[in-house]
Amino acid sequence: MKTCYIHSVVSISAQDSFAEDGVISEIQEHADYKISAIHPQYRDFISLSQLRRMSPAVKMGVAASKKALMEAKLDQPDAIITGSGLGCMADTETFLNTLIKNDEQFLTPTAFIQSTHNTVAGQIALGLKCKAYNTTYAHGSISFESALIDAQLQIEAGEANNILVGGVDELGSEFVDYVHLVEQKQTQPIQVSLSEGATFCVLSSEKKEGAVAVLKAVETHSKIAEKNIVSEMQAFLKRNKVDASEIDAVILGINGDAFDVYYQNIEEVFPKTDLLLYKKYIGEYFTASAFAFWMGTQLIEGETLPKDFYIHKSDSKPYKNVLLYNQFKGSQHSFILLTQQ
Amino acid sequence: MKKGVAITGMGIVSAIGNSVEENLQALLTSKSGLAVSKHLQTRHKNNIKVGEVGFTNAEIAQQLQLSEDNNFTRTSLLGCLAAKQALEQARINDISTYRTGLISATTVGGMDMTENYWKQFETNPEVQKYISSHHAGDSTEKIATVLGITGYVTTISTACSSAANAIMLGARLIKAGKLDRVVVGGTDALSKFTINGFKSLMILSETNCTPFDANRNGLNLGEAAAYLVLESDEVVAAQNKSVLAYVSGYGNANDAFHQTASSKTGEGAYLAMKKALKIAGLNPSAIDYVNAHGTATQNNDLSESEALQRIFKEEIPDFSSTKAFTGHTLAAAGAVEAVFSVLALQQNSVFANLGFRTPMPETGLTPVTQLQKKKLKHVQSNSFGFGGNCSSLIFSKA
Repeated sequence: MKTCYIHSVVSISAQDSFAEDGVISEIQEHADYKISAIHPQYRDFISLSQLRRMSPAVKMGVAASKKALMEAKLDQPDAIITGSGLGCMADTETFLNTLIKNDEQFLTPTAFIQSTHNTVAGQIALGLKCKAYNTTYAHGSISFESALIDAQLQIEAGEANNILVGGVDELGSEFVDYVHLVEQKQTQPIQVSLSEGATFCVLSSEKKEGAVAVLKAVETHSKIAEKNIVSEMQAFLKRNKVDASEIDAVILGINGDAFDVYYQNIEEVFPKTDLLLYKKYIGEYFTASAFAFWMGTQLIEGETLPKDFYIHKSDSKPYKNVLLYNQFKGSQHSFILLTQQ
Repeated sequence: MKKGVAITGMGIVSAIGNSVEENLQALLTSKSGLAVSKHLQTRHKNNIKVGEVGFTNAEIAQQLQLSEDNNFTRTSLLGCLAAKQALEQARINDISTYRTGLISATTVGGMDMTENYWKQFETNPEVQKYISSHHAGDSTEKIATVLGITGYVTTISTACSSAANAIMLGARLIKAGKLDRVVVGGTDALSKFTINGFKSLMILSETNCTPFDANRNGLNLGEAAAYLVLESDEVVAAQNKSVLAYVSGYGNANDAFHQTASSKTGEGAYLAMKKALKIAGLNPSAIDYVNAHGTATQNNDLSESEALQRIFKEEIPDFSSTKAFTGHTLAAAGAVEAVFSVLALQQNSVFANLGFRTPMPETGLTPVTQLQKKKLKHVQSNSFGFGGNCSSLIFSKA
């Protein structure tokens, strides 16, 4: 079975993670219940004529994919795999609102055409003239992880050598308010902003100088009872021949809602390990956990993350094994294990 | 030739029936399910034909014994019905005996409810339960809950090739030993969103569609859900399961030509079919029947015909599109037609391409227009979608 190397990871988020040097220099505090990503100068990546037609999801996806390919020094991937929980929400809202307002008459197809979940992956393929394997996962908070699983399967089986993988979700303008509305009716609602972002990476079967990390394992579980979360996590580590004591950092998808109890259970297993969170600073969206993937590779590469991300930090030492854990409302759990090359 | 991954159960609800048996009878008697919609309320209702499932939402909810305050969308309801049938046929009672996954495909997700309540979400507490059921993954999670699957569960959304990709992924996971058993397929309910979308593209037919005909004038939309149970050789042997057919080949490629239109040369379709043949270890001449994507749009049918000619050269196998039976069921289409392909193998029957009269001048190809009985060993099934997503599957006789 081949090793799955990570040649590059880039992330557009509500923090300055897409900066030239890829380092967040200063944490931005967000107070609003919904926040946009810090959008880069898209014209550096996309022609103006194309930009005009693109929704935020497509812009973020195309720009992030270009930068990920550039950093991995790759022209053509052997597969393009994306994940998006809500797909192209902005165009969906546009088409739906026009449909309702015009009583199903006088509609133009542009927004409809661009509303499908696979628009981002399709546009990337179109831009690269890439006829390779192309697919899109849309499964809530494990949309990105589903894409990773597919990619890792192809690399391990030798079906592809270099794969572009990404997770992207856009804020839109209306549905997010409805989500917020019902969330506020919960006894303990999500305490972080609703948000958007795009994280893209190049996975490869080739060991090479400058590779950022190794994707050791990724697993998803639709349901795990709270009482079983620790044993499931331990079983995941055991399957990958790593002991909890060998984990140097754990990055958790804490968002402040009642289901944070899952993370508290995990935290107790790692009293002396570095623990990090991120949704407080980049917000919550279905592919937010892809940002943790970016953080994990930053740690392994030896980059410094702002101290705000740390729940607990021990003396500095190199990060060799990083564990990521995320869930949403007690469902769609994901474990990712990243290791040094 | 390689054997492939075993199919041990199938389930389907579509415009031509609420079970595999009902669908088969309609296919054998060439009876189309296209009609004016009964359930879906749209302004265009009387001007279009659709492939609608007969049950109302309330009837399905009752069959599934759901509580009054459930927030199942029609996409979820259809999906649960079909997936349950598939498990029954595979005689799976205890889901936890083996590592079992679920891969479901959908494009509209909960849009059937969202579009009805969009402007009430803010003010009407009674309909707010459908906010969390909008996203595509919700329908899959509900099916997983009904089936009792708690592990690997995911959703694929690559427009009209979605379910074909779900079947492909399932077969790959079984082959790689990652799962012992996986339920694969797709579900999509009719919605005003898609009807108006295809209408705005001016590819919606006002009459029954006529795939591959020179005078074809667009597609009919349909709703359906279909699922297959795939099991590893070890599970099949251990439980002495009867195998319905094998998934022997699969291929996925991108046309990389246009967001919605297919290239004139059918490049993506050609590449997907070629990859599927390679995985199956078959020469094109081994294919006995092609269940074509054949949506009856000008663009698809010409592009797909070109791809067929490029793959099969002078020896084009019997082919037909079954879209005139069910309508184009979008994300479910690949699974609906996978069920039809397995039925074709079991029945040694090539199903009719309804409505065909005149070959298109560009290719001169004529599909099978009446039910044809002949020995079938390998059936190839195509599904293509927006975003240039093209997939092709090969099913082989057990």
